Amino acid sequence: MAIPKVMGIETEYGIITKGGEEYNPILASSVLINSYASPRLKRVRWDYEEETPLRDARGFEKSALEQSEDDGGLVSVILENGARYYVDHAHPEYSTPECTNARDLVIHDKAGELVLNDSLKSSVEALPPEQRIVVYKNNSDGKGNSYGCHENYLMSRDTPFPSIVRDLTGFLVSRQVFTGAGKVGVEIGSAEGVNYQISQRADFFEVEVGLETTFKRPIINTRDEPHADAEKYRRLHVIIGDANMSEISTFLKVGTTALVLAMIEDSFFTEDLTLAEPIAALRVISRDPTCKAVIALSDGRTITAVDLQWEYLGWAQKYLSAQEVDPVTQEVMNRWEQTLAALETDPMILDRQLDWVAKLSVLEAYRDRHELGWEDPRLALVDLQYHDVRDHKGLYYKLVQQGRFEQLVSAEEIRRAVSEPPEDTRAWFRGNVLKRFSSDITTASWDGIVFDVGAESLQKVPMLEPLLGTRQITEELLRSVANAGELLEAFNNRQ
Amino acid sequence: MPPGEEQKRAKKKPSEDEEIDETPPKKEAKNTEDIDKLIDEIDEVLEENAEEFVRSYVQKGGQ
Repeated sequence: MAIPKVMGIETEYGIITKGGEEYNPILASSVLINSYASPRLKRVRWDYEEETPLRDARGFEKSALEQSEDDGGLVSVILENGARYYVDHAHPEYSTPECTNARDLVIHDKAGELVLNDSLKSSVEALPPEQRIVVYKNNSDGKGNSYGCHENYLMSRDTPFPSIVRDLTGFLVSRQVFTGAGKVGVEIGSAEGVNYQISQRADFFEVEVGLETTFKRPIINTRDEPHADAEKYRRLHVIIGDANMSEISTFLKVGTTALVLAMIEDSFFTEDLTLAEPIAALRVISRDPTCKAVIALSDGRTITAVDLQWEYLGWAQKYLSAQEVDPVTQEVMNRWEQTLAALETDPMILDRQLDWVAKLSVLEAYRDRHELGWEDPRLALVDLQYHDVRDHKGLYYKLVQQGRFEQLVSAEEIRRAVSEPPEDTRAWFRGNVLKRFSSDITTASWDGIVFDVGAESLQKVPMLEPLLGTRQITEELLRSVANAGELLEAFNNRQ
Repeated sequence: MPPGEEQKRAKKKPSEDEEIDETPPKKEAKNTEDIDKLIDEIDEVLEENAEEFVRSYVQKGGQ
């Protein structure tokens, strides 16, 4: 039986400064995070000891020569909701806390936008009067530079990596029909007649499998850094997705992917759905907003992206027919099916659900009104503005405010998630310990917290099990202790 | 057993099985009555000099 799919999303936001002296993006990102985080949160440092971004899931470790110097000494804070907010590769990055289901993850992904928007407001005081920072939740500057929105899924170490590659690649390549955030133009090669793409990221993937994330990007990333018990788990690091504004796109993205991964873990696929040329297929699909283009499977059949998704949906229906289905998974299944049916009829009817369709619809209306050709820079600007995280400037938010975009979760749930961690993962313990005992914590990371309570040595509370440290398991304990020393004592007595 | 049958059933479901359509995507034709308002709002938030702004939006590559 597949293990629970604990998951999270990390988003690198695009960042610029306007007016006055131009800041470099690392400095601007630092200003943003520093002006958001309270001194209490800033004093807890990130623990880099357990980070192994160069370990490869295929079983080897790359030399540390390429280990980036970017990370050292840069701003990184852990928030009270269990998220990590930091500077990475010259971008502000928000990593959600661990969630157990697609709905919670949508809430926490949207909470990230609020954190960024709140940061922009608080950064005003730290900047000269004429200067502003602006951030965008997108994946490309339109000039060949991309930054990522990665998903992470907890998987059993027992699952052979080659089976992930075999059964997941075609799914990831074709799911862009509902996960794409849309993009004006093409950033790699020549593509005559292609004015608009379904995906922001499709242009940037060059290999099928690999360890890299900043160049020669692979469809399946092999980074083996579980942030959990490495004997039992791996963390599948999915780097191919677009950053979504649409709650429904995010919901479908993580909900359907988690289902496919559970099926892979249970060796459920007995049909070959591998692609003849995954990289070529990725681009063909992205560059066809009619969703009618066909790609080749390894066995010679040709199929549209939507039909390939129907195949995966069919497998998922069969898989779930033998088990009890929770309400969120049921909603993922319903929406997956409805979305594919709509894409088959006419993708444009999803202009209240999917990012790439909504954006295309706005662009078409804007073109009509101003009689613009696709090469007009105002269209590239509309594209960018769709992702502006300021709620009075971002076009996605404008659509929401005008009742033109369907939402899945409430504004209250999102606001609450800025300060409250999910209750059913270790994020609950991380967030609540931070709220109460930050002055006794020296460092923390995904899988542990290090305390300094004045004893001879620092003490680490390991959190190698993502499903321990939940509210149910630790609330009583936290309530019963008066300080961090008592908390550690209670842990020591347990062992 | 190959899931061929299952898949065909899956495909038909949206039209055959009303129950599953609890929260269907809204399928009415594109809402154009107040599209003008939206375009006006877009013009209000866009930077004045689109060409210059788009040119200056350059990011360092990330992950």
